[in-house]
Amino acid sequence: MNITQSFRLAIKSILSNRMRAILTMLGMIIGVASVIIIVGIMNGLTKKIESSYADMGINSISVYVQKNGNRMVTEKDMYQFYNDNQDLIKEISPSLEQKYVVKNAETKFKANVKGVSETYAEIKSLTLKEGRFINYADVLLRQNNCVIGAYVEDKLFGKGNGIGETIKINGETFQVVGRVKEVAGRKKGSADDCIYVSYSKVIRMSKSTEIGSYEMMAVDSTLADPLVAKLETWLYEKIGNRDYFYAFSMSSMISSMNTIMGMLALALAGIAAISLLVAGIGIMNIMLVSVTERTQEIGIRKSLGARRRDILNQFIIEAAAVSGIGGLIGILVGVLLVLLIGKLSNMQASPSITSIIISFTVSVGTGVVFGYMPAKKAALLNPIDALRGE
Amino acid sequence: MKSKEVLIELKEVCKYYQIGDEEVRANDGINLTICKGEFVAIIGKSGSGKSTTMNIIGALDVPTSGEYWIQGTNVSHMKDDELATIRNKMVGFIFQQYYLLSKLNVIENVELPLLYAGVDSVNRKERAMQALKEVGLEEKWNKFPKQLSGGQQQRVSIARALAGNPSLILADEPTGALDSKTTKDVLGFLKKLHDKGNTIVLITHDQSVALQAERIVNLMDGKIIFDGDVEEYKSQNQ
Ligand SMILES: Nc1ncnc2c1ncn2[C@@H]1O[C@H](COP(=O)(O)OP(=O)(O)OP(=O)(O)O)[C@@H](O)[C@H]1O
Ligand SMILES: [Mg+2]
Repeated sequence: MNITQSFRLAIKSILSNRMRAILTMLGMIIGVASVIIIVGIMNGLTKKIESSYADMGINSISVYVQKNGNRMVTEKDMYQFYNDNQDLIKEISPSLEQKYVVKNAETKFKANVKGVSETYAEIKSLTLKEGRFINYADVLLRQNNCVIGAYVEDKLFGKGNGIGETIKINGETFQVVGRVKEVAGRKKGSADDCIYVSYSKVIRMSKSTEIGSYEMMAVDSTLADPLVAKLETWLYEKIGNRDYFYAFSMSSMISSMNTIMGMLALALAGIAAISLLVAGIGIMNIMLVSVTERTQEIGIRKSLGARRRDILNQFIIEAAAVSGIGGLIGILVGVLLVLLIGKLSNMQASPSITSIIISFTVSVGTGVVFGYMPAKKAALLNPIDALRGE
Repeated sequence: MKSKEVLIELKEVCKYYQIGDEEVRANDGINLTICKGEFVAIIGKSGSGKSTTMNIIGALDVPTSGEYWIQGTNVSHMKDDELATIRNKMVGFIFQQYYLLSKLNVIENVELPLLYAGVDSVNRKERAMQALKEVGLEEKWNKFPKQLSGGQQQRVSIARALAGNPSLILADEPTGALDSKTTKDVLGFLKKLHDKGNTIVLITHDQSVALQAERIVNLMDGKIIFDGDVEEYKSQNQ
């Protein structure tokens, strides 16, 4: 007897006991569907995180420095380092963050104010919707000009346009000269919740003397990590203690994000394995019942010349078909739900082809593995006893 | 005319069952030779060892001791799968309870021995249909066993026994579950098959059924107490 015939037989047997087959498949359906859904959502999340990082400048590097006693890194030192490493660094900008009360005729709230140079927009891949970014003159003359993020714009001007308007930051009057295109969903606390001012102005407003953080842009993304390494060596020479400075690249951030995602995937695989084990035991259980119920059928087949292998194949294929069909239904349910979730959330959740192929293979495999024991039991039945239905 | 070619041969066949401390001698030194084309009835009281003998003849079981040969092959020590092949190629079973598979339709049931013989689907259908024609049930090919009468079901099982074109047709109480009219029909079929040259071994406890055969073997306590043709049996048992 060949595989096609065994398969047809298996389908027949499944169809003749639909309710039981569906209940048996349920474990597999739930297991496979949840794997597809979780993988789909994780894919969506990863994509979202990656793209928001990419928006923030995949080549960018953040540097934080503090004073260690009288050892410190000045603005001049930093620009010197930049000049010495033009092969690695494309742009550099101070990045001074302060929280100030911002106010216009309508409203008043606390906003993040970032003191930057004219290169900052390029480093962070910011694009302007209208107007201009902070320029060299602003830095040089400490002018009271500002560029606003999408969230701040919403808060201050609602649907209106703020270009040319004046607002008060920490009591000082500033003119809005540019609007930045939304980068992070116009949410509070996101990159859109920001007002850009020249760093020289922020130094003055905060009455600080040092610049504690910079943003740099590597010449290309492969140079980001070498640049971080070089920076760390240089900063260590200058400051003498690793606790007083910190430099990291966006690409390393993404790769650590990927590590976390990888760990999540591993945890997911564990859960999937357990659910498949449970489904497999369910299948084994039902197949054992089925073998007992069909003892006489086995006896009849044996009396007509079925060999052990024929009976073994019949039951293994039946188990594999039950769990394979369960897997297919699970895939269908999972894919539909992932697409639905993708529609309803603003996440690009999409079912992964790999997870579909693996799920299907594993579900069929589970049937084969857990169907083997009952099938072996059936194959070893003595034909005379089996005919009597014992 | 009967040919004298030997089909099956049992030599000092014994089958013992151990039940607790007690040994049951279901077959106790059976010597029996059946030639091609014979129609033999094995009779005996309940517990005399008829089914045990049939299990051995049908290669469903092997003897505890002694030898069993079928068409020049020694079956006595065969393994499970070898026995399966013997059953498949040489024996056509007809059982008292028909033993049709309820989930398969008539023709699929008849095809089963051919399926396990590895016959391809077109040939299988053709040969199964031919066998159904012989028992006059060709137009019922797509019915399910439940939809047939007992006599019809038994005829399907006869067709199934015929389909693989076996050397031997082995019927264990084939009329045990049938009324007298259908019993007559089924016996009529067996006779017809015999006339066509088939070798038939019929096991029954019913004398009137046994008398339809040519030769009678009478068992008692696992031993043969009579082996001869019907006329001889009749004259001894008047
Ligand atoms: N599997 C078995 N285990 C133990 N004893 C058995 C087994 N099969 C048969 N026997 C015993 O062997 C003896 C012969 O049994 P067998 O079934 O051959 O009788 P039979 O002639 O077919 O009887 P019946 O007309 O009732 O079917 C009986 O005593 C029976 O109890
Ligand atoms: Mg019996």
